[in-house]
Amino acid sequence: MALRFEVLGRFNRARAARLTLPHFLCETPLFMPVGTQGTIKGLTTHQLEDIGCQIILGNTYHLALRPTSELIDEMGGLHKFMNWPRALLTDSGGFQMVSLLHLADITEEGVTFQSPVDGKPMLLTPEESIQIQNRIGADIIMALDDVVKTTITGPRIEEAMYRTLRWIDRCIAAHKKPKEQNLFGIVQGGLDPVLRDICVQGLVERNLPGYAIGGLAGGEDKDSFWRVVAQCTASLPESKPRYVMGVGYPLDIVVCSALGADMYDCVYPTRTARFGTALVPEGVLKLKHQSMADDTRPIDSTCECMVCKNYTRAYLHCLVTKDAMGSQLLSYHNLYYMMQLSRNLHSSIIEGKFPEFVCDFLRKMFPEGDVPEWVCNAMEVAGIDISSCSTPLNSKLNLHTSSG
Amino acid sequence: MPPTERREGSLDGGVAQTQVHSEQESTNMKFAIKAWCKSGRARVGLLQLKSSSSLGQGGPPAKEIEIETPALLLTTRKGLPAFISPDHLSFLPSPDSRLLQFSPMHFMEGPNSKTITNIGGVHRLLGLQGYGFVAVPRDSILFLPESYSSNKNGASFETPCGRFLVKPLEYMKMITSMKPDLWVSLADEVPASVTAKRNKTSVDRTITWLDDCISLKPRDGALFGSIVGGCSVEERQRCAQEVAKRNVSGYYIDGFGLGDSIDERSTFLHAVTDSLPKEKPRQVCGLGLPEEVLQGIAAGIDLFDSTYIYHLTLEGFALIFPLNGKCKHDVSDPQLCATAGDYTKINLKATVYRKDASRIVEGCKCYTCQNHTKAYINHLLNVHEMLAQILLEIHNTHHYLSFFRLIREAIAEGKFEEFKQKLIESRREHLLAATLSAFELVTPVR
Repeated sequence: MALRFEVLGRFNRARAARLTLPHFLCETPLFMPVGTQGTIKGLTTHQLEDIGCQIILGNTYHLALRPTSELIDEMGGLHKFMNWPRALLTDSGGFQMVSLLHLADITEEGVTFQSPVDGKPMLLTPEESIQIQNRIGADIIMALDDVVKTTITGPRIEEAMYRTLRWIDRCIAAHKKPKEQNLFGIVQGGLDPVLRDICVQGLVERNLPGYAIGGLAGGEDKDSFWRVVAQCTASLPESKPRYVMGVGYPLDIVVCSALGADMYDCVYPTRTARFGTALVPEGVLKLKHQSMADDTRPIDSTCECMVCKNYTRAYLHCLVTKDAMGSQLLSYHNLYYMMQLSRNLHSSIIEGKFPEFVCDFLRKMFPEGDVPEWVCNAMEVAGIDISSCSTPLNSKLNLHTSSG
Repeated sequence: MPPTERREGSLDGGVAQTQVHSEQESTNMKFAIKAWCKSGRARVGLLQLKSSSSLGQGGPPAKEIEIETPALLLTTRKGLPAFISPDHLSFLPSPDSRLLQFSPMHFMEGPNSKTITNIGGVHRLLGLQGYGFVAVPRDSILFLPESYSSNKNGASFETPCGRFLVKPLEYMKMITSMKPDLWVSLADEVPASVTAKRNKTSVDRTITWLDDCISLKPRDGALFGSIVGGCSVEERQRCAQEVAKRNVSGYYIDGFGLGDSIDERSTFLHAVTDSLPKEKPRQVCGLGLPEEVLQGIAAGIDLFDSTYIYHLTLEGFALIFPLNGKCKHDVSDPQLCATAGDYTKINLKATVYRKDASRIVEGCKCYTCQNHTKAYINHLLNVHEMLAQILLEIHNTHHYLSFFRLIREAIAEGKFEEFKQKLIESRREHLLAATLSAFELVTPVR
């Protein structure tokens, strides 16, 4: 174990904690931006520090292709190579199985891909994945899991869950740096509570430094999504960090935090920035839209970032999707927004104001009170009273039937 | 409430008059020469700009910027550097990095003049109130003058959004709403290959449009008159003399970098600068390479654009030439040859840098060299990450600004001629060596 996790405050299931990693002392709940190829697109490490990023994700699959994990190791590890003094997390390379499935073949041994660079077959075994991640040197490394899309049904899900448990032992055995790098296990099992439970128990038995909830954020309906998160957070150990992989939208992060999760990652904030979409308390602002061309307001008048302090929507409108600077400025703002969200989650829980924060958040996003039903249900399970900012369920039903 | 401005002409189509002004064309700009080199042409000057961005708007007090010349203007796209974000811009040497050049045509992609006026002008638009902005119609990267479609009414520009004919009236509307510190009059630029007749026409038009611009000019902002004339000494002189008769704050020597050759250029440069009053500043376009800059300075030019840096950056090049003129590299250094670089620059895409943990230039104080290695930038270039261009533009700008600083020191110490000779000779030696090695190598050099 190379981390310490201390819960500093709670509200029901939600917790605010201090996560001490070899390279950085983090505060949870936290969002981790994705720096796929050893960089967050368009931002310097100085800017990431300014914004308040604590942990960055690196993608094992991409880094193993270029510049290769051996080179990164020779250069002293990814921290040194990219000059990022804070914490790093690498995934296992397994997610590409789901996203590049037409190229992949999954067996008990591992996953075969066709290399996109030269077409040669690449075999990723649990051992190989851990070795690559050992060379890269991140503070947290992820076990290779057998991921299936949540939209798939049938015996494949069960097969994948049991294989994930077999692979975790191979990962643990292959891990050469348990004192410097923390191996997290990933809970699979699709949307089936029985399978999920078996997986949780299996992983917890291995006494890992932290646990991730995987296989979500892949197109399943929101109602199923939150129930899986709720089930897992209820049964995973209190004293260890819980990481919901691939999440995501600010609303999803708030809900999952209410349910007791601590860490999140997603390409969404930076990717949507490159398409000209800014994150704002009300939801999103599409800067490419013609109505932005004359709008002399900042993206978000409540945001303290350098983009909102200096630039108008009108100016950003002419930059986005056309000039590199547009991507940079919008990525900067969007990540700032996510870091501020993380800070607010952490501090509101510690200050005993979490329900107020949640209500305020929902009120801004749903000014008509039309908070989605899945959110209401999740908040009920989380024990957060959101009646002040959402229309009660029965009147929602009436509205629904009357509008036919 | 927009400030009431004393208009010297009418943009509403009223009668235009040629105004008679006092000595100082603009209260916002001052230029003074501090030192001369022995030949009497190259000079060190001090350009003072009082930022007019907040005058009458009730904003913070106007900032003053003092830039020593010869100086490098930073090339921008829609007012901001192509890759260096504003927070990183502030880490570059100051005040050297405080002059930014932009083309008003960039804003044809929006925001429109009305919106820019509402926001308060370019300084506000770009969040760079402490900077000096120079508006130049031509942008060597994106908005190439397209002389075939220019006519007596306006200059034609080829842009990513299509071809535009820009008339003096429209141009002045843009200038008035943008409120740059310095702006250049609209010119009819032609490439070196045009006929003598077309070349003469371009001079006539440019002077007419200068008079149009003068009659429409806003109260604030200093005007630089455009001088064209292509590759004809007579036309260059004629244009320079005509422009010198008008009351302008400085001169913008146009029409270079459009097919002219560096060897003949001195002749035309001298033809112009010798016809201009010494005490007003001169800017030239299209002179970007180190030897071109030195050539321009030797002719008496004070301000240069930096599209050279932009092109280097896009191609993955980093400037490395020793700033003190002393060459550290062996003339026949095989590593330099293998990288398709020379003693001025290296190409960080080359595989030889894959594991190179050294800085681009040891001891360089720029953000890139203080934080990153050649190996990391090599990786970024190979995976096509934007951070590569960001880091390269930072380093290249920093390095070139330092080059300019050394030139100013050399002029002030009376050593400019030596400095120039040494650099040009070293460049020639290395280029020759690189060419010879290229014949010897089995694999062709890129």
